[in-house]
Amino acid sequence: MAAIDAGGRGAPARSWINDPKIRGAIYQVLLVVSIVLLGWEIVTNAIINLERQNIASGFGFLKNTAGFGITQSLIEYSEEASYGRAFWVGLLNTILVAVLGIIVATILGFIVGIARLSSNWVISRIAYVYIEIIRNIPLLLQIFFWYFAVLRAVPNPRNSVEFAGSVFLNNRGLFMPRPIYETGASAIAIAFLIGIVGSFIVRRWAHKRQMETGQQFPVFWTSVGLILGLPILTFFAMGMPIGLDFPELKGFNFRGGMAVIPEFVGLLLALAIYTAAYIAEVVRAGILAVSHGQTEASYSLGLRPGPTLRLVIIPQAMRVIIPPLTNQYLNLTKNSSLAVAIAYPDLVSVFAGTVLNQTGQAVEVLAITMLVYLALSLLTSMFMNWYNARMALVER
Amino acid sequence: MKKYMLPVVVGAAMGLTATAASSATLDDVKSKGFIQCGVSQGLPGFSNPDDKGNWTGLDVDFCRSMAAAIFGDATKVKYTPLSAKERFTALQSGEVDVLPRNTTWTMSRDTALGLNFAGVNYYDGQGFMVRKELGVSSALELSGASVCTNTGTTTELNVADYFRANNMPYEIVAFEKADEVVQAYDAGRCDVYTTDASGLYAQRLKLTNPDDHMVLPEIISKEPLGPVVRQGDDQWFNIAKWVGFAQINAEELGVTSANVDEMKGSDNPAIKRLLGVEGAFGEAIGLGNDWAYNVIKSVGNYGEMFEANVGPDTPLGISRGLNALWSSGGIMYAPPIR
Repeated sequence: MAAIDAGGRGAPARSWINDPKIRGAIYQVLLVVSIVLLGWEIVTNAIINLERQNIASGFGFLKNTAGFGITQSLIEYSEEASYGRAFWVGLLNTILVAVLGIIVATILGFIVGIARLSSNWVISRIAYVYIEIIRNIPLLLQIFFWYFAVLRAVPNPRNSVEFAGSVFLNNRGLFMPRPIYETGASAIAIAFLIGIVGSFIVRRWAHKRQMETGQQFPVFWTSVGLILGLPILTFFAMGMPIGLDFPELKGFNFRGGMAVIPEFVGLLLALAIYTAAYIAEVVRAGILAVSHGQTEASYSLGLRPGPTLRLVIIPQAMRVIIPPLTNQYLNLTKNSSLAVAIAYPDLVSVFAGTVLNQTGQAVEVLAITMLVYLALSLLTSMFMNWYNARMALVER
Repeated sequence: MKKYMLPVVVGAAMGLTATAASSATLDDVKSKGFIQCGVSQGLPGFSNPDDKGNWTGLDVDFCRSMAAAIFGDATKVKYTPLSAKERFTALQSGEVDVLPRNTTWTMSRDTALGLNFAGVNYYDGQGFMVRKELGVSSALELSGASVCTNTGTTTELNVADYFRANNMPYEIVAFEKADEVVQAYDAGRCDVYTTDASGLYAQRLKLTNPDDHMVLPEIISKEPLGPVVRQGDDQWFNIAKWVGFAQINAEELGVTSANVDEMKGSDNPAIKRLLGVEGAFGEAIGLGNDWAYNVIKSVGNYGEMFEANVGPDTPLGISRGLNALWSSGGIMYAPPIR
């Protein structure tokens, strides 16, 4: 104390080295410099070592011919395509399973989370057992379980399970008729879009009307009618411009139509069921965070349990639910990389697996793969943060 | 806290400048007292651990031979099981010293990965295995089939080439681990399992009913399998190469693990040079002159290794075929020691 007092009263020669501000700044500058140096060192060291060991480097390999096949591709791909093309195939497969997984996991998670709080003892116990079992078994094992469960449960192609002579299920996948678009088919797509836009407008109008007059309007059924009915009407009006390509058993397997491969089904099931268990707990926590008084107030206003949940509890619970829900979405996307274990051709399997091996350029391939997952995660976070900001409590 | 962070960070940066892969592998190996050997995750006949964790197989015997040449003791080996995907990175980074892991010698691997292939210890080719009940007798009847294989192998490319060349559609299902390929094939996911023919015979043993499956006669590729070392260490490369050559030469000269001691007294100059009685061939590769004697004494010649691991009397039951000596109809051939 005495020393500080002495300094404060204007002792003339206090060394700058003892000034906590300057000291702090120096340490911070040193830290930043050493981190930059460390990064620099890692990069140059890697480059020097790669050069010394005569290992090829650079990104030119992306233009080379891939030469291998991929089971499932959302875009056109053949063995003559480039490694760069294979990258897109893998990325789209990852996005496909992640997006569908998120949708299924969210729906299932909300159902289980609400069921967990049900006053019905059996339902809440079932939800409890589901959550405890699924959360406590490693995901990789669950992926294997679902994959081999799916494989073993269904017959071989020659004894396929058949639905209406056009849908076939066997251990090579689920084969369905593929739509063939003829002229005039685009009108149906336009009708579909009009339906979506129309139902938005109806929803806004109904909301406004309810605010003003208190009268409700069957928005849900109107929207279903618009989104489904309008395209169906157009379909018949245009003279049925969509044909179907039916799958047919030829030789070993079904040809034609479109197929859902068992690897995809196994992975999607495992990811959705696993993540849903966590989402259920997030949802339960969110609902419990809403004061019970809200429910009582809602009941005393005469709302039934359904509208109470939908209009009073969930909107308030969402504020608690969204941030941890974002985490679960990120986890699901990253967990989808376990696909490599069951041969689902995702980004890790195709790009960080086969391409890495054929080219041997581990540093470049893994850097690209990591960047892609980083970008996917950041995009998901951005979207969820935007959604969170929208749902946040607006204080007037 | 801040005060102590800095030296740690700087120290870590300094540490990284130490080279990832030293060029004098022999000195490293001698000073640590064992060879770190990269092998498969379990391929009967080539590298497979038994229930006590002892590794056996043709590739494992190569590791043991190198240990015998260097230390005079074939047990001084530690094994690192590697997936097809990990193997080259593990060798490049110095995690293993040598990689005899049923690895196909190809130009791109030899030239672009900073690796060298030290000869061939098994001439293989890619084949197809199918269920007998399918009634298929040739690979050309496989149009439209689902094909199971491993990712990160040459087989994935060969099968694409073969089906394209013959204008047959196919569906490839590529797994990371061989065990999962076997399980998926066994569960009926695929009509065909493809990998190197030796691997097919080996993996067939893991199926529920091995006798229900057959290997088709077509061999669709050349797969010379050999041990791999890092580029840039010629001494180590030479040791790996000549250990293999010595065993082939030994078989050609009739030197076996049983008779190697009496062969030391042979009048044949080629045997004298092989066993280090004459000349100083060991010195040139940084080893003792009895290097080849130790290899043959403790592991055996090439024929002995083949018979013990994959030959007709083993569960794999593979005949010598291409792997017979050049003098008896095969293509196994080694440069002379002189």
